[in-house]
Amino acid sequence: MSIASVRPGLPLAAVNPVAKVAATVPLSIVLVLTLDPVSAAVAIACELLVFALVGLGPLVWSPRTLPIWIAAPLTGLSMVLYGAPSGETYWQFGVIHVTEGSLLIGLATMTRVIAIALPAVVLFLTIDPTDLADGLAQTLHLPSRFVLGALAGLRLVGSSVDDWRTLRLARRARGVADHGIVRRGLGQAFALLVLAIRRGSTLATAMEARGFGAPVDRTWARTARFGAVEWSVIAVGCLVAAIAATAAILAGTWNVVWAA
Amino acid sequence: MAPHEALGARAAAVSAQGWGWRHGGRRTPAVHDLDLEIAPGERVLLLGASGSGKSTLLHGMAGVLGGDDEGDATGRLLIDGRPAAATRGRSGLVLQDPDAQVVMARVGDDVAFGLENLGIPREEIWPRVDAALDAVGLDLPRDHSTAELSGGQRQRLALAGVLAMRPGLILLDEPTANLDPAGVLEVRDAVARVAEESGATFVVIEHRVSTWLPLVDRVIVLGTGGALIADGAPGDVLDARAAELRAAGVWLPSEVPWHAPAPGAASRHPLLTADRLDVARVPGVPVLRGVDVQVDGGGILAVTGPNGVGKSTLALTLAGLLRPEGGRLIAGPELAKGAHGEPWRWRSRELLTRIGTVFQSPEHQFLAGSVRAELEVGPRALKLPAAEVDARTEALLHSLRLDRLEGVNPFTLSGGEKRRLSVATALATRPRMLVLDEPTFGQDANTWRELARLIVALRDDGVGVVAVTHDEAFVDAVADRRLELHRPAGDERVAPAGTASGEARR
Amino acid sequence: MHATVTSSESTATGSRRFRWRVVDIVVASVVGVAVGVIFWAWGVVWGPISAPIEALLPGLQAAPAAVWLVAGVLGALIIRKPGAALYTELVAAIVSALIGSQWGGLLTIEAGLVQGLGAELLFALFLYRNWRLPVALLAGAAAGLGMAINDLILWYVGAAPTFAIVYVISAIVGGALIAGGLSWLAVRGLARAGALDRFAAGRELRAA
Repeated sequence: MSIASVRPGLPLAAVNPVAKVAATVPLSIVLVLTLDPVSAAVAIACELLVFALVGLGPLVWSPRTLPIWIAAPLTGLSMVLYGAPSGETYWQFGVIHVTEGSLLIGLATMTRVIAIALPAVVLFLTIDPTDLADGLAQTLHLPSRFVLGALAGLRLVGSSVDDWRTLRLARRARGVADHGIVRRGLGQAFALLVLAIRRGSTLATAMEARGFGAPVDRTWARTARFGAVEWSVIAVGCLVAAIAATAAILAGTWNVVWAA
Repeated sequence: MAPHEALGARAAAVSAQGWGWRHGGRRTPAVHDLDLEIAPGERVLLLGASGSGKSTLLHGMAGVLGGDDEGDATGRLLIDGRPAAATRGRSGLVLQDPDAQVVMARVGDDVAFGLENLGIPREEIWPRVDAALDAVGLDLPRDHSTAELSGGQRQRLALAGVLAMRPGLILLDEPTANLDPAGVLEVRDAVARVAEESGATFVVIEHRVSTWLPLVDRVIVLGTGGALIADGAPGDVLDARAAELRAAGVWLPSEVPWHAPAPGAASRHPLLTADRLDVARVPGVPVLRGVDVQVDGGGILAVTGPNGVGKSTLALTLAGLLRPEGGRLIAGPELAKGAHGEPWRWRSRELLTRIGTVFQSPEHQFLAGSVRAELEVGPRALKLPAAEVDARTEALLHSLRLDRLEGVNPFTLSGGEKRRLSVATALATRPRMLVLDEPTFGQDANTWRELARLIVALRDDGVGVVAVTHDEAFVDAVADRRLELHRPAGDERVAPAGTASGEARR
Repeated sequence: MHATVTSSESTATGSRRFRWRVVDIVVASVVGVAVGVIFWAWGVVWGPISAPIEALLPGLQAAPAAVWLVAGVLGALIIRKPGAALYTELVAAIVSALIGSQWGGLLTIEAGLVQGLGAELLFALFLYRNWRLPVALLAGAAAGLGMAINDLILWYVGAAPTFAIVYVISAIVGGALIAGGLSWLAVRGLARAGALDRFAAGRELRAA
């Protein structure tokens, strides 16, 4: 899994991750406030344009974004079936109530999931965990013991994935792999936890032996920058949010959901 | 603090005065009333059986045993006259598991980690990082990914991380037990260089004595509960205390604990044949191609070769656990006993009486909450009558000396006990063929001898044994055939696909 | 054997009882990571099958979604320090955001915060002194409630009341059983397997 290794030089990879996360905040707020297909569709268009311009276009269509393309229509479908009914009824069965209104809600929900998730997933793909930790600890001044502890824990993703595969083979070898997939899955998950916690305890010892957690003012071998590039990334994020909101207001589809 | 020499700091002195430690939740102390003085610059090999508290002592010197909520200390353990826990940075510790001590994702960051924690100014950090990497012979860019390092490289990285902190005391807890022979030498030589250049005091725990003997000038042997059994010059201690050391499972230099009698003639019969077999751990990514090999009942086949060449993957494929990527794997009628197709198509339950597998890490195989229940899993899956399940379990508990542990949780056993249990679980269903992945890895001489005897006994019963191993002593003493795997010529790094050759009869 | 000890060990008192050691931080992180990996592995097998079915359910999909809440309750039961539920759930969320989750990086993390907070508040209510099964179940339920409120506001905002009610109840029940019950069982097992020897949660059960 790629989070266990250093990421290759993607565009924006050198930007402080704090800025990349922050850039998604304004649009997320706008899209959470309103439930309308226009703001979301405009946002998607802007996102595709921006990603194409900075060279992240190929990532949008990579397998890593596949979950979005699957989950968004399904979430929309839930709302088509169970959304608040209004307007003409097309189909009713038990608690399922497909109406003109619920179709619209479904469409809006689907576009909204895509519009919110797409930039976050694509931008996270350009984030190296080490840079994220540097940003969290040095830019946002979160407690370094916790940030670095979490970062060190990430080292174990690779060995945990390997463990998971081996555990599965071992269950086949022990003769218990023919039935009971849920029970076996739970047992396997438990074994994975045992191994991970053991390794984590050893890792903690190794870190302590190297002075981690000592009552000394920690220094940083590298500085996390936060300069013009970072501010421009955030500005682009604000701009996209503003365009999406303006479009919806002009189109008359802007509706603050909880006010309704 | 030391002056800014290239690597060294002032060597540290260690003094234990009636020192002891009892881990929280345990009744008996791991170390009790120990008196010990180690002078600055001394190089000590610390020996002892499992349960002698040698690891506890080492962790105590490193100051990482934890506070008084984690255990009770008695007496004093001092580094340069100050309590060990208060002297972080004076000592550095390298542990056994190469996977569990890489802290950061990049090589340079990992070495810098300790310096940052000590509050060393940034401009001083990178020169020290480079010097440390150089000293352990890791010629890699600072931003090289730590995930791509071999076991030996990881251990050298851990050593570099320790070294950069300029400790006066370097502590090594079985640093080479999990490495292949090439990795062992890499690490040993790096330690030798570091010790020479820094002049630091160092203490190493390792039961394969011969690796470290050229480096040390003192051997200390601990008995149960940290009692001091022997202490002195290496030659004197090893000679005078050979019997005790042997009983404690220590590997004495150039001593193989046991040699197998030759197999009886004409007892061999083919069980499984691999024909141009390609193997892959992840489908579509073959690690090894074109293997031709035959597994015979009544024979022991050793599979050897460098790390990463695909030995384990081959073993798991022969065991019917992985689907071959190409070629054929044909089970003879005596092995198949009516199961259809190639072994990977067999049901999990069908494997039990046909092919048993012992994984490299026993913990991957444990399913139950007690040793007894663990042994019963296989026979129960076969739906054997309760009396038969009991009989087999009792016999195995007894023959593998697990009787007194039958109620114990398998995960809490010692390394040797875990290994014995994992072999026993495979034997409980009486397979015709047994595949073992690194059965002797990290084992002391006593467990080694028991395993060797057991495997030969199986051979004499007509079982076909395949053992993946780095252990030349094991190959010499036990195996009757060897399949040596090679990397393609010119490829020094992880090979895209290795090749098999040199199948030779002993 | 019965885990009835309600207070931490007698030697640990006052503010020291609440101070995070290095091993607490690293193991909490590792629990978050491991849970993240388990979800990932689970998702590879079940995701393609279950997702379409779940979309057709009138809110019952919240019950299986409660597996995401395991990290927080499990972390708290192991570490027994203030903030453990919040921190562990947050790490699990960040791991899944880094691996790539359909809900998007930032909102995955936000969801982790809300869910962790649910469990955290419940443990705080018991002054971080009670780690028994009933409290674990309540904490799981609270995490489920947090998840349901968050999801209904952010993702299912146009839902009809029936869907919303079913969703909340499923989340609470699923949270209690899966996040609360399973985590509690897992901690007992981990303690017996000797994995928690450096924690009060482990020493207590092993000594008993």
